[in-house]
Amino acid sequence: MNIAYSTELICFLILSAVIVSGSLAVVLLENIVYSAFLLGGVFMAVAGLYLLLNASFVAAAQILVYVGAVNVLILFAIMLVNKKEKLKPIKGLKTRKLISGGVCGGLLILLLRVSITTKWNLPGPTSIGEEATERIGEHLFTDYLLPFELASILLLMAMIGAIVLARRDISISTGDINDFKNKKSLINKKIPLLSENSLK
Amino acid sequence: MNSGIDLEMSFTQGVQNLGLSHELAHLLWIPLPMLLVLVSAVIGVLVTVWLERKISAAAQQRIGPEYAGALGILQPMADGLKLLVKEDIIPARADSVLFTVGPILVLVPVILSWLIVPFGQNLLISNVGIGIFLWIALSSIQPIGLLMSGYSSNNKYSLLGGLRAAAQSISYEIPLALAVLAIVMMSNSLSTVDIVEQQNTAGFLSWNIWRQPVGFVIFWICALAECERLPFDLPEAEEELVAGYQTEYAGMKFALFYLAGYINLVLSALLVSVLYLGGWGFPISIDWFSSLIGLSIDNPLVQIIAASIGIVMTILKAYLLVFLAILLRWTTPRVRIDQLLDLGWKFLLPISLVNLLVTASLKLAFPITFGG
Repeated sequence: MNIAYSTELICFLILSAVIVSGSLAVVLLENIVYSAFLLGGVFMAVAGLYLLLNASFVAAAQILVYVGAVNVLILFAIMLVNKKEKLKPIKGLKTRKLISGGVCGGLLILLLRVSITTKWNLPGPTSIGEEATERIGEHLFTDYLLPFELASILLLMAMIGAIVLARRDISISTGDINDFKNKKSLINKKIPLLSENSLK
Repeated sequence: MNSGIDLEMSFTQGVQNLGLSHELAHLLWIPLPMLLVLVSAVIGVLVTVWLERKISAAAQQRIGPEYAGALGILQPMADGLKLLVKEDIIPARADSVLFTVGPILVLVPVILSWLIVPFGQNLLISNVGIGIFLWIALSSIQPIGLLMSGYSSNNKYSLLGGLRAAAQSISYEIPLALAVLAIVMMSNSLSTVDIVEQQNTAGFLSWNIWRQPVGFVIFWICALAECERLPFDLPEAEEELVAGYQTEYAGMKFALFYLAGYINLVLSALLVSVLYLGGWGFPISIDWFSSLIGLSIDNPLVQIIAASIGIVMTILKAYLLVFLAILLRWTTPRVRIDQLLDLGWKFLLPISLVNLLVTASLKLAFPITFGG
């Protein structure tokens, strides 16, 4: 066993331990902020696995997209709605937890069985290393062009939807604002998320 | 291709001659350049802090630090020492784990990014193929550290500062990446070494700044915004937010933020010089110079002179940009948050998209000048 192989093995073991324990913590922790930060850690560890597979471009893309964009967005959402309120106790929470735990355990056993019984073609294809960037580009613009374009259309739709939802151009008549007798009138008036004006 | 000095090869051969295996020699080599770069990054920060103090003093008609060493050159050391021995305070209601991890998450990606800064043909830690993309990916981790420290301080100002910092970082990363993409398109490679080599064919006339003037301006503005330098230092705007996400920090944890900020500034300046100003290239091409004195390019003497000129040129270009950044800091007022976001999304983003499109069409039209 040479040094390179043992380093790789140690790195793999550490990364897998981080991924498994981190994702368990993401699901099980009560504090949602911790979950969100740990999710970032799990994404980073997955990027580390890609690095071990010699796929540096995919690893960097994983960090850029999942850590830099998705996870930051999740954190933003949590922190902007940073409300500490006690949730109402839900009836039968224990049985629900047991059932979902059972389902997850069953899934795990199923996956383990598949991974053990499958005859993996070892060793797998040799990695192309630095050429990967060009190869990914070629594939994206030839045989995977349609899925690629469809994904961008999907993202565009999501973006337009988010903008429409976030816009609240509501004109409130000055009479309503200057209505001093009824101070809470503005709050009580249910302001529609999508008013007529926002669609103009 | 590898015409320059290869320190790694000579080191591993030297160690192997002492009777160690090749792998062990390689293992011994790995920490050396990392240590060297770490030390040079910290020295770069010390120099920058001293420059900042002196130039700000000059801008305000003061003398600035004077007593610590000649011309106050030891002042940054004194600052660092002071921060090192200060009490490390964690506020009582703060989240102590996140409070400690936050500054580390801000600093580590910045230091890791030094991996790809080339000071010469073989004078960089690792010529990774994804090069500049690695820097963009790593710099996207930073907002998480900022959000973490802002949230865990349990302070309204800190939280607002953290959110502002993350928002700013995200919105300026996109034009930054698009400006880099235009460069990458011209040099057909993500590797920083290839990007510099492609610029050093005809002295300073082949630098990217002439082919990408708009990209240069976009990149510089975005780099300043990413470093949270004035005019974009909104996350720590004193009048509004005390000190933003750093409000509750003291001692070494504050020093980590301080260090990260300045290392990031030096790194950005280095990357501007690599991407737009020809990196280690001398304004006059070395080939022409060596033919003038009648020595071949592979001559050891020429190689050593070329390597030292390369290092000096890279640092010189970077520090000219650092000087510009410091001058900007002490002469311009701060923008408002809405102006900042407007500038990022409504001005820089469309301009950088147009820049990318124009570069692509120019590349098709004039493949010789714009890299075919």
